[in-house]
Amino acid sequence: MNSAIVRALLVRGMLAGLCAGVLAFVFAYLVGEGPVDAAIAFEEAGSHHAGGGEELVSRSMQSTAGLATGVLVFGVAVGGIAALAFCFTLGRIGRFGARATAALTALAAFLTVCLVPTLKYPANPPAVGDPATLDQRTALYFLMIALSVLLGIAAVLLGRRLGPKWGNWNASTAAGLAFVAAVTVAMVFLPSGDKVPEGFPATDLWEFRIASLGIQALLWAGFGLLFGYLAERLLEPRATAPAGRGAELSAPAT
Amino acid sequence: MAQSTAAPAPTTLPAATPLPVRAILPWAVFFGLVMLVLLYFVGAEQGALAVFSGDGVHEWVHDSRHLLGFPCH
Repeated sequence: MNSAIVRALLVRGMLAGLCAGVLAFVFAYLVGEGPVDAAIAFEEAGSHHAGGGEELVSRSMQSTAGLATGVLVFGVAVGGIAALAFCFTLGRIGRFGARATAALTALAAFLTVCLVPTLKYPANPPAVGDPATLDQRTALYFLMIALSVLLGIAAVLLGRRLGPKWGNWNASTAAGLAFVAAVTVAMVFLPSGDKVPEGFPATDLWEFRIASLGIQALLWAGFGLLFGYLAERLLEPRATAPAGRGAELSAPAT
Repeated sequence: MAQSTAAPAPTTLPAATPLPVRAILPWAVFFGLVMLVLLYFVGAEQGALAVFSGDGVHEWVHDSRHLLGFPCH
């Protein structure tokens, strides 16, 4: 019974992730591809290695079908993981219904998986980042995500523990501050990311990184709202629209 | 009178019941891994690590890798 609910939530999470991925893809194509093209133009102007000699995948494919593949698979995968996280948070983070729990879980995922790691290791357009340091940068990037997620989980557990003693507001504030402090320490001690090559247009870098952040924000917001709707319909069928609204409307008449 | 009968209308929902961890764990472990493998192929295959030789996967998801924030090259 409960296992079937987990399965149903997982399927809905992947579905919501797919839909949010479509939204994020459209945004990425419209807003993100400009800065990517500008960065590639800078890259080709700077390097003299007779660029474009053996192009495995054409630019037009990369910016459409390739981009869609990546963003949609990413959406499905993070949707599934977030749905599994939701199974744990449901009923355990305070007096929230399914929808609010889904929104809070998506928000927490956006903060810990995207925003916090981005502050230390922001997204880089083509031409930024030395291929020789790729191994190190990849390891540091995933380490930062893992740290931020683990510290986030620790903060939630801390808040839950302090709640009965300090009251929910104070406990949540203290846990949030502890999270910010721990993440700051981690960021100070981890090595910096790659330097931006000389002459790379600062506006292009800014636009690329803002586009990247926008894609993630849109993906997670879309996921949180859609998954919340689906989860509420699954878990609290009587609370959703028609019956609930009907009861409310008929109540004053009696 | 009408007000007093309308008052107990449930405007706040009861808090959700937690799902038992035992029911979640098998799904979380197995599908969590499957999802991580998917993320690996979007985010890191043929970059720092490679399961398949060549550049096909890397080039195909090149733009999404940059725009989603993964270190690409």
